[in-house]
Amino acid sequence: MTSTPASPQGLHVGLFVTCLVDLFRPSVAFAAIKLIEAGGARVEVPRAQTCCGQPAYNCGDRKNAIALVRQVVETFERFDYVVAPSGSCAGMLRLHYPRLLADDPNFAERAASLAAKSFELTSFLVDVLGLLKVDAAFAGAVTYHDSCSSLRELHVREAPRRLLTSVDGLSLIELGDSEACCGFGGAFSVKYPEISAAILDAKLRDIAGTGAATVLSGDLGCLLHIAGRLARAREAVEVRHVAEVLAGMTDGPGIAAPRQSG
Amino acid sequence: MADSREDFKAAAVHALADAALQKALLNVKRGFVVKREAAKAKLPEFDALREEARDVKDHTLAHLDLYLEAYERKVNESGGQVHYAPGAVDARAIVLRLCQQAGAKLVTKGKSMVSEEIGLNAELQASGIEVVETDLGEYIVQLRGERPSHIVAPVIHLNKESIERDFRRTHQRLPRQRRLDQAEHLVAEARQILREKFLAADVGITGANFLIAETGSSVIVTNEGNGDLTATLPRTHIVVASIEKVVPTLEDASTLLRLLARSATGQEITTYTTFTTGPRRNGDPDGPVAYHVVLLDNGRSEMLGNEFADMLRCIRCGACLNHCPVYGAIGGHAYGSVYPGPMGAVLTPQLQGIDRARDLPNASSFCGRCEAVCPMDIPLPDMMRAWRERDFARGNPAFNERLALRLWAFAARRPRLYHALSRAVARFLARRAGARGSLSRFPFLKAWTGTHDLPAPQGRTFHALYARARRGKSR
Repeated sequence: MTSTPASPQGLHVGLFVTCLVDLFRPSVAFAAIKLIEAGGARVEVPRAQTCCGQPAYNCGDRKNAIALVRQVVETFERFDYVVAPSGSCAGMLRLHYPRLLADDPNFAERAASLAAKSFELTSFLVDVLGLLKVDAAFAGAVTYHDSCSSLRELHVREAPRRLLTSVDGLSLIELGDSEACCGFGGAFSVKYPEISAAILDAKLRDIAGTGAATVLSGDLGCLLHIAGRLARAREAVEVRHVAEVLAGMTDGPGIAAPRQSG
Repeated sequence: MADSREDFKAAAVHALADAALQKALLNVKRGFVVKREAAKAKLPEFDALREEARDVKDHTLAHLDLYLEAYERKVNESGGQVHYAPGAVDARAIVLRLCQQAGAKLVTKGKSMVSEEIGLNAELQASGIEVVETDLGEYIVQLRGERPSHIVAPVIHLNKESIERDFRRTHQRLPRQRRLDQAEHLVAEARQILREKFLAADVGITGANFLIAETGSSVIVTNEGNGDLTATLPRTHIVVASIEKVVPTLEDASTLLRLLARSATGQEITTYTTFTTGPRRNGDPDGPVAYHVVLLDNGRSEMLGNEFADMLRCIRCGACLNHCPVYGAIGGHAYGSVYPGPMGAVLTPQLQGIDRARDLPNASSFCGRCEAVCPMDIPLPDMMRAWRERDFARGNPAFNERLALRLWAFAARRPRLYHALSRAVARFLARRAGARGSLSRFPFLKAWTGTHDLPAPQGRTFHALYARARRGKSR
């Protein structure tokens, strides 16, 4: 891990918005900016970003994956840190970029150095900025879904919990099996929708079992998957990205929830 | 079996709707996941052992030719004989010839996934030889004419009521009024029937968990003791094993054994761990007169040199199956392969060809739990992705899937275009959803909206909102 600087003041952070947040839920990126700035760093959002390349990479389209990976390296290498509100995209940058570009003399070192300074949002706040609590309130019980990439690729487990327990009025109830996948898996959920939904239903039973009114996670992919099936079943559980709660930006409706009229 | 995407999908959907199967699959979690975790927690050096085991196997595989030669020498010295089988056809032919030379009418078999891989039973039966599986689970799947649905627990897909029905249907000689409603009744009945077979068998065939180069021994682990009776009572013992089972020393085997039982069933050690070395020696009270080892390659030496070499470290513990959400949802049979779950998703395309098995490495959410629990530290998701890359390079995925990827990648490499498209899509979807928050139908995303709603975007993209906020600030 990159050594923690004495003071985060002046750290220049490039926000990797992620394609899903950009398209579906911009409030997550605004929440991320607020949190990183609260931790004392300066945030910039480069305009030339699109996607981390995972859809191509995981479909076996190595050529297009590499083209996108190079683009991300070029766009983000000038920052002190790169932060994504997603374990999946951060895992892609941290673990898979160096391997994809290992044989490219122009890019191998650059990808490795980008990887070392790329972080999932909550892990960056806690492990790099040393943020121990946030200034936010949220009334009620929530449960937290660890995305597989956060948990197993990046070993991020404590950071979101640590910050969540500092939110005023919030109580965190753990899932029975917090290591279980929700069944999203990107294109997997479209190629094998029945299997994906069956895996998700086990997760939804686990969520319901906690009695929490809100489910949070650090990955919008999992959240769209979870919220979409809850909406289909007309379940009232609220679904949000963890950053929204940590930044105190929960005025708008949850994911897939109807807009309040008026 | 599942030769194409439609077959796999149909089998999966069928499995998802099978209430008895779904109930049985819950036992995987209760029976294996929880017990493995407890066994691992009691062994503080588990992770160190895992590294040591990985190194043992990597070293062995790097010098596999030498260790196989050393193993063969030791088998010969102990009075046994080694036969090399390049493929499944060769292996079947060798075993059949050995059985015929032994004048075999009845063959007993210990549990062996390699014999399933080569389709051995059908070959022997076609030549008029009676083959009896003696592992209880394998015995039951044999009665049912099925293949095992799990590499460690062949009948994990069944409940005891269906096994009772199978026993009543096939054990017609036994009294009708007998009780068979408890597991111990079933075990006792199987034992009674198998006991006669053990004593009458002419040839016993076992697999091997490990082959030890230092001594020429083969090792099997069982919980029923059936392997011992299969190996020692008949006049001829044939070991059928694949070439990557060899390890250098007894010490290495013991390292791997410590991981195997814990990872497989959560046991510290299985009830029986049996070492067999050659035929009966002078003065031995029992044991076979003839001892043969059939070593199967079947694509493995090709794997030594390709991106799937790490798969050869696999010790068939089944932990990756037990922790796989896909296996947990659909069970083993839907894979249409001898080897299901994550290890099967990597191994099967090598055995059957990627064209026939392309769904297996594709049907994974890449959750990574298989790799996390693998005692041999095998990067299973990476290797599934490597199969997807091979598949893609061959032009295999469906035309519209490739087209969608190509269009998406074209846009993603052009940020301005991409942002313009994102803005249009976000606005369009948000407008269609109106105040509802999600879309229950959408023409291009039927695969998604068949099972869930599509959450509606908030309306404008982040980049659009951010640019506007920046302009506001600078004014």
